[in-house]
Amino acid sequence: MPKVRRSESKESNKNEIVPVLMQGNEAIARGALDAGLDFFAGYPITPSTEIAEILAHQLPRRGGKFIQMEDEIASIAAIVGASLTGAKAMTATSGPGFSLMMEGIGYAKMIETPCVVVNVMRGGPSTGLPTSPSQGDLMQSRWGSHGDAPAIVLYPDSVLESYELTIRAFNLAEKYRTCVVLLSDEVLAHMREAVTLPDIKEVKMISRIKPNVPPEWYRHYENNPKYRSPLASYGEGYRFHVTGLAHDPYGFPTSRPDEVSVMMNRLRNKVRHHINDLVQIESFMMEDATTAIFAAGITARAAKSAVRQLRRSGKRVGLLRPLTIWPFPDDAIRQHLINKKTIIVPEMNQGQLSLEIKRVMGSVWNYASLKTRKIIEIRKCNGELITPGEIISAVKEVKKDE
Amino acid sequence: MSSISQKTIHHYLRHKKKFPHVWCPGCSNGIVLGAVIRAIAELKYDKDNIAMVSGIGCSSRMPVYVDFNTLHTLHGRAIAYATGIKFYKPEMKVIVVTGDGDATAIGGNHFIHAARRNIDLTVILINNNIYGMTGGQYSPTTALGDRSTTTPYGNIDPVFDICELAMGSGATFVARTTAYHALEAQAFIKRALEHKGFSLVEIMSACPVIYGRLNHKGDAVEMMKQMKENAVPIAAYEKLIEEEKKNKYRRGIFRQIESPEYTEQYQNLIYSLQEKQGVQE
Ligand SMILES: Cc1ncc(C[n+]2csc(CCOP(=O)(O)OP(=O)(O)O)c2C)c(N)n1
Ligand code: SF4
Repeated sequence: MPKVRRSESKESNKNEIVPVLMQGNEAIARGALDAGLDFFAGYPITPSTEIAEILAHQLPRRGGKFIQMEDEIASIAAIVGASLTGAKAMTATSGPGFSLMMEGIGYAKMIETPCVVVNVMRGGPSTGLPTSPSQGDLMQSRWGSHGDAPAIVLYPDSVLESYELTIRAFNLAEKYRTCVVLLSDEVLAHMREAVTLPDIKEVKMISRIKPNVPPEWYRHYENNPKYRSPLASYGEGYRFHVTGLAHDPYGFPTSRPDEVSVMMNRLRNKVRHHINDLVQIESFMMEDATTAIFAAGITARAAKSAVRQLRRSGKRVGLLRPLTIWPFPDDAIRQHLINKKTIIVPEMNQGQLSLEIKRVMGSVWNYASLKTRKIIEIRKCNGELITPGEIISAVKEVKKDE
Repeated sequence: MSSISQKTIHHYLRHKKKFPHVWCPGCSNGIVLGAVIRAIAELKYDKDNIAMVSGIGCSSRMPVYVDFNTLHTLHGRAIAYATGIKFYKPEMKVIVVTGDGDATAIGGNHFIHAARRNIDLTVILINNNIYGMTGGQYSPTTALGDRSTTTPYGNIDPVFDICELAMGSGATFVARTTAYHALEAQAFIKRALEHKGFSLVEIMSACPVIYGRLNHKGDAVEMMKQMKENAVPIAAYEKLIEEEKKNKYRRGIFRQIESPEYTEQYQNLIYSLQEKQGVQE
């Protein structure tokens, strides 16, 4: 089973040193630097720009490289080029830029090159609401690139978690040799919270495995059972080939169905076979709850506050919050929600998470039980946050019916 | 120059399963590949230290055949990937192989900005005046009036002069030659590789199978003859009267100047910041 994190216990053992006041975007930049970021390429876009600004200032002081490219297409390209050359690399953007990066993200996944892309969500579609929060890119972060590409996508709900999940994004990118997306949103990015950062010496950092074979034996894409294959860098004597065309283990183009299948299965299985390592989900006051709220990111903050208030008046309500959006935590969700009467899904979009919840629960609830169970959507995409009050009213509405 | 032996050439090629290559009979791409390898052999570069990056197109298929660190990227994006490699590891020699469509249509933005930064990349642009890989649609260098599958009534889009575009954008080494002038191509590539900063070598090439056929240019040999006649050394071209200039174009080195190189500038910035920090501590 995936690791379930209980927030009650997390909050209770905070007895460390003085916290610092920090913004979400700042926490992401700090997290990246602490994870060992060597290279950042980006193009300014609200509400992600502070990440670039901080790194433009900090990276060269540490011997790292920052470059402002001519657009987001070039930015994702430059970080992948740098990563192939050995760098821990990242870019940060928002909606319109994230759309421009889609081909490059698919390429990074296809060539199995680690990198991190931060998408600070703002109102869309198109230029939309540049300075307002949204959760409209959840599906895009899974399906935005053409073809069946694997996806690992994380979404924090606080400034501290923005820091922690940035480090985790690097760890997963390096471990699974893929492009990991870290989602944030306009409010999370700009709000300031007092955070106590962990001692980085205590934080586990993962780097790509280096090959230990002579160059003649090196295969750029190894199909080992753990789907972790060594990764040489350019300039180290391995002289391998990389292409976005379907390729064989050496990286050379192939159209042989048997070789293409091996490649496609590897891309899929390296995520599917590691669900337990990838999925993180928080369950908050769920044990005895009859109504569960399923929410992510900034909306989960409102939901948590709603749960606290409702509990005070004796309502049996809990919150389930995915920190990993993709792969979608199917098993964990089934386990936590199977016995709940009502699931409320508040989200700042037109029903992206709820679509997944319906898919997952539809597979375990039979027709008869469907009549007694409900999935209630709270959708909002007008640039405003969903408030605890709105969630509370939805819960009260349900309870009235019961 | 021509003393580079067959054996030396083979030293730079990948033999395992990569041949026969994908190019049509009579295509100039192989000649350019030969010129690139000869230039590198003359310079005795270490294979481990060379990255060859390309986009998508017939021309962009080149990297798979050579025994360097090779990267076949996305249509138009080669220069942006190459920028990441060069900027992170400036000690590597980074060569971009691209087509007229790849570099100046879909990839035009990266082309001009890399030139502006004067980042030390050597761009070898094979200009066949057409989109070869996708079967003959017009490119930004298809001549006025020419036929392509998407200009069935003749092209009305004005053309880019790629060398002028590079110079206007700040490239510090700019040269043009043709696949017919293979030795000159080799010499220009060598000088471009030795140049510190953004260098462009535009090599006019023959795509007899598609461009040639659509425009009744004759076979590969005939197209070679046309390159021989039409590509005129810069000085000689300037002396031609207007009528004689028709169909003719300039070849030679247009620009070779020194200017601060991007990765070096950034490295200096790192040193100066670290020095300051050192003083403060
Ligand atoms: C984003 C994208 N758009 C379109 C294509 C299709 N495409 C592949 S190659 C090519 C044109 C290549 O022309 P050029 O760069 O001149 O190279 P050539 O084949 O002539 O050497 C096009 C349009 C693609 N691969 N990717
Ligand atoms: S289509 Fe033209 S450019 Fe492409 S390989 Fe054939 S001859 Fe060469």
